[in-house]
Amino acid sequence: MALKMVKGSIDRMFDKNLQDLVRGIRNHKEDEAKYISQCIDEIKQELKQDNIAVKANAVCKLTYLQMLGYDISWAAFNIIEVMSASKFTFKRIGYLAASQCFHEGTDVIMLTTNQIRKDLSSPNQYDTGVALTGLSCFVTPDLARDLANDIMTLMSHTKPYIRKKAVLIMYKVFLKYPESLRPAFPRLKEKLEDPDPGVQSAAVNVICELARRNPKNYLSLAPLFFKLMTSSTNNWVLIKIIKLFGALTPLEPRLGKKLIEPLTNLIHSTSAMSLLYECVNTVIAVLISLSSGMPNHSASIQLCVQKLRILIEDSDQNLKYLGLLAMSKILKTHPKSVQSHKDLILQCLDDKDESIRLRALDLLYGMVSKKNLMEIVKKLMIHVDKAEGTTYRDELLTKIIDICSQSNYQYITNFEWYISILVELTRLEGTRHGHLIAAQMLDVAIRVKAIRKFAVSQMAMLLDNAHLIASNTQRNGICEVLYAAAWICGEFSEHLEEANQTLEAMLRPKVTTLPGHIQAVYVQNMVKLYASILQQKEQAGEKEAAQEITQLMIERLPQFVQSADLEVQERASCILQLIKYIQKLQIKEVPVAEEVIALFAGELNPVAPKAQKKVPVPEGLDLDAWINEPPSDSESEEEKPKTIFHDEEQRHSRHRQPEIDEEELARRREARKQEQANNPFYIKSSPSPQKRYQDTPGVEHIPVVQIDLSVPLKVPGMPMSDQYVKLEEERRHKQKLEKDKKKKKQKKEKRGKHHRHNSLHTESEEDIAPAHHVDIITEEMPENALPSDEDDKDPNDPYKALDIDLDKPLADSEKLPVQRHRNVETPKSPDAEAPLEEKKSKKPKKKEKKHKEKERDKGKKKEKEKKMVEEEEEKKKSSKHKKKKHKKEKEEKSKDKKKSKKKSRQSEEEPAGSVQNGTLDDEPLPPMSSYRLLAENPYIKMTYDIQGNLQHDSQVTVSVIFENKSTSFLKSMELNVLDSLNTKMLRPEGSSVHDGIPVPFQLPPGISNEAQFVFTLQSIVMAQKLKGTLSFIVKNDEGSTHEKVDFKLHFSCASYLITTPCYSDAFAKLLESGDLHMSSIKVDGISISFQHLLAKICFHHHFSVVERVDSCASMYSRSIQGHHVCLLVKKGENSVSIDGKCSDSTLLSNLLDEMKETLSKC
Amino acid sequence: MTFALSRWCRVLPLLLFPGGTMQFMLLFSRQGKLRLQKWYVPLSDKEKKKITRELVQTVLARKPKMCSFLEWRDLKIVYKRYASLYFCCAIEDQDNELITLEIIHRYVELLDKYFGSVCELDIIFNFEKAYFILDEFLLGGEVQETSKKNVLKAIEQADLLQEEAETPRSVLEEIGLT
Repeated sequence: MALKMVKGSIDRMFDKNLQDLVRGIRNHKEDEAKYISQCIDEIKQELKQDNIAVKANAVCKLTYLQMLGYDISWAAFNIIEVMSASKFTFKRIGYLAASQCFHEGTDVIMLTTNQIRKDLSSPNQYDTGVALTGLSCFVTPDLARDLANDIMTLMSHTKPYIRKKAVLIMYKVFLKYPESLRPAFPRLKEKLEDPDPGVQSAAVNVICELARRNPKNYLSLAPLFFKLMTSSTNNWVLIKIIKLFGALTPLEPRLGKKLIEPLTNLIHSTSAMSLLYECVNTVIAVLISLSSGMPNHSASIQLCVQKLRILIEDSDQNLKYLGLLAMSKILKTHPKSVQSHKDLILQCLDDKDESIRLRALDLLYGMVSKKNLMEIVKKLMIHVDKAEGTTYRDELLTKIIDICSQSNYQYITNFEWYISILVELTRLEGTRHGHLIAAQMLDVAIRVKAIRKFAVSQMAMLLDNAHLIASNTQRNGICEVLYAAAWICGEFSEHLEEANQTLEAMLRPKVTTLPGHIQAVYVQNMVKLYASILQQKEQAGEKEAAQEITQLMIERLPQFVQSADLEVQERASCILQLIKYIQKLQIKEVPVAEEVIALFAGELNPVAPKAQKKVPVPEGLDLDAWINEPPSDSESEEEKPKTIFHDEEQRHSRHRQPEIDEEELARRREARKQEQANNPFYIKSSPSPQKRYQDTPGVEHIPVVQIDLSVPLKVPGMPMSDQYVKLEEERRHKQKLEKDKKKKKQKKEKRGKHHRHNSLHTESEEDIAPAHHVDIITEEMPENALPSDEDDKDPNDPYKALDIDLDKPLADSEKLPVQRHRNVETPKSPDAEAPLEEKKSKKPKKKEKKHKEKERDKGKKKEKEKKMVEEEEEKKKSSKHKKKKHKKEKEEKSKDKKKSKKKSRQSEEEPAGSVQNGTLDDEPLPPMSSYRLLAENPYIKMTYDIQGNLQHDSQVTVSVIFENKSTSFLKSMELNVLDSLNTKMLRPEGSSVHDGIPVPFQLPPGISNEAQFVFTLQSIVMAQKLKGTLSFIVKNDEGSTHEKVDFKLHFSCASYLITTPCYSDAFAKLLESGDLHMSSIKVDGISISFQHLLAKICFHHHFSVVERVDSCASMYSRSIQGHHVCLLVKKGENSVSIDGKCSDSTLLSNLLDEMKETLSKC
Repeated sequence: MTFALSRWCRVLPLLLFPGGTMQFMLLFSRQGKLRLQKWYVPLSDKEKKKITRELVQTVLARKPKMCSFLEWRDLKIVYKRYASLYFCCAIEDQDNELITLEIIHRYVELLDKYFGSVCELDIIFNFEKAYFILDEFLLGGEVQETSKKNVLKAIEQADLLQEEAETPRSVLEEIGLT
């Protein structure tokens, strides 16, 4: 033995330790992967040795390799070995490795339970500490459930070092095992007043985190925290408490009023920026929640704004950033207070830090008013010119457009100015947002009639200078504006002064280099132009000029007929034919203009995006009915309805075509890179600069002359937006003077109001009248549009299905796969299942303990029983226990109740009262109950449910609800069953197999209560039936009689299953393993929804959904004896097919049969 | 029967798990090498790697004079560079950026005290110690001990325990040698 040890030590000297490994890796930069794979081989050898020191060393090295990205999950078992070492040195390493690489999917994790429990109770505080630290990283629901009690005990440990850790880890335990919250909470609350400040702050941390997610349950603690806040000097604790109050105030406005004072005091006094920032944020939050019913707190807001200004002015970038961030919160409710700091925020646009500039931009969006819009946009335009880097410039561009167009152009008083801003923006080099500008141009030109003339002249200018816009390949994003320009000039050609010139500009050969969709618009609109010129000339009697223009068209159009773009080609050839025909008529001297112009008669109006949806369905029209039988799937590809000109999407898709390819390439490249990065043996090359504009191969060698754009592009006759700013000022001034005059003259005269839709401006704003009599046309709605509030809800919103509050650790919609008795009240949905309200407390391992527990339970129950009767008499006034009789009460409230183990229930005759919880889909699930009828007679009704016991692979618990239906008192109830070879009822020690088990309570009239009975089983692959009898005494005024009722207990195979969550990768592994038997069923005539169907399987058969894709879902469950059961459920038209895989074929076929039965009832 | 594995195994979108204040902490070098990672939320290895890679790239791409905060997915990232090492933490939307910076700074101070003017190499060669210190300072993403003195005391005592345990072995080794 000694020799072996010595040998081990000698061996060890030749092993690499961690330092050697690190050094080795650094020395093998060239062939790192190879070196590491060698090391891993060595480590594997070392792990095979008995010497724990060698193993620990190996595990330590593995932990390092894990950080480098190597998979070490294969060594999980060895890690556990090292964790269980008696020496602290090794244990520490083992726990570290476990905390780094164990996760809920690690299967060996369940082997650690006992080891961790041992370490938790170790006399050495550092053993305990290391176990707690490790546990905080890899605690699973199972571990949480099994160790909750141990950790709770540690919260009262003598050493603050342990108490502190235990308190903190309780938060993780609560998250994993919500049932532990109620029993542990009183002790946790005690810790708020622990003599050790560390423990105290830990408790504050935990409670604050809990309360932030679920504030309403912690309102009662507010006074306690208030005291702590005013007395504590620890900034860490203060920040937590203040944050907690931020979460509580929306629920209790009175709290807010009380808070303002101490918070403002803190703001004045503290020197810690983090605390100041927290206070300011909370004050803002409080004021927002108070804003409705409170006198103004302008002093507090001023204080906050003032402090934030100091932050923003600070040279520290971090404070500047946070100041702006907080400012934007104030802006939402108190825009005025922020607006006065416009100068400061505009200054931030000059900051060298882009993230700060973006924050400032966000703020500006909310700060504009009619008064300052032009000024702000002017500043932004200067920044656009200065900006380096296209991302930021694009951001500026979108912001300018956002700011101007917000709330239906509310702040724009002069649309000529806006059009010139848009035109100026077209000078931007290499922007991606050409389409945004184009959309704005179109929108404004269509909806603001008064501006059309001006817009058309500007657009004509753009078309004339198209070569500047479209010449540079790098600027092709901007050529989108030509789309808008061409359309506007064509559609509103009556406003064109020199239509000939514009038409010629549109017919230039250069146009054919534009993207196809733009050319198509060109072609279409040049006909409109042509038509209006024709009409002009004919009316003027200039026949020759008319023929000339026709000739011009016939000469130039063929270049478009040759286009490679189908759309262009088709339109051009069609139009060419038309014009040739016109020419013939012209030669015959037939006047044609009227007829040609008739092609484009009528005004196009904007249609609201929702208009189509609002068209009422005529009576008697069934939109879902087939007109013809549907053709085969492959042909039924949807065709997108085309809109006339509001076809942004269409343009998108066309325009994006080349980009998609690039994106796709980039995606693949990224995927490959990831693959390589995940492959430790891949030798990475040095990164090469990405070349973005190489998607047009063969053109790189063409020298491109860069136009020097630093010289501002001055198109002759193009007005600069700046001029408008000046003009506008003068105009306003004049207006004001005039108005003053008017006022004096006739005070009563009402000012003519302009037709605006969102006229939500302040008084001072109203003074500014728009330059033109502007009429913004609203988007059209169909007649008798259906009023509906659901406009904003997109039925396809992917987040709707995820509308479950994940942050709510104690939410009742969380369930744990533990042995328990399910609630009648809480139907489960596949993904978020109902919690158990009562828990079977500490899951005792030993029988004696269990019995003791039961005894205790019995005692308690009796007490409760008494209470209940008393309360019944008290007319159910006490709210605390009310829900014992009224299961309909909201579950949330049940948390207040301490450690209630059992609740009396009404039978499931009233499942309608159940609380719908955790349903994922839009469709509410019908109430479900897992309780089935066991027996019924005039006195009593019994329903039961069977649950597998996770702790014992051969036990199930039968919960029976006894409901007294009579007006008599039922007592001395005794339940007995006839055991079979396979299935036996667990009776107290010392009683024979023929003895019954007394039901631990009595039933007053109309009351129900639940009792549990444990059964042991040998084989669980088949369903079982047991006969049994309940005997009881009926007592009423006339005396007492003995009664009994017979029943049959049916143990379905599903009752041996335990709902166990499973990750999709683990699930896939399981399926791949190949040791599972297969079987399938198909059930026809299913009419219920898939969601509902899954919920049924989850609920009645104890499965959990692993993944769901459309009408296909994978599900998983585990039997108490560890059989894996995997299902693939597919829904067809009217049928459901279920493919199952299970480690036991008999069990599987029985399960599927049961499922078939459930489903056939649907 | 064929189970469509590829479809079932697709990576689910990253969802935030309710964790403590801090979601995770990463230490990496200017070259983008990971030096320490601590996750306070349960994520699969694959997700962890993905997040790490993305974040390291994002943070390294930022210019030196930029502020220490950035919004990333649903999280707020707080980072700070000390010499050649970046310390990077992820917190939730409601959390306080400045206190997180203080946490980072406090951790650096602790490392500094423990190693005596710490450098990147100390952390590389004694990475387990760096973890032990972090574990005494933070637990489950929450600050566990605000006093530097207490953290160092705990670490020293645990180290002492480790040395005691190691002594007999070295004696044995000597026997084996001489």
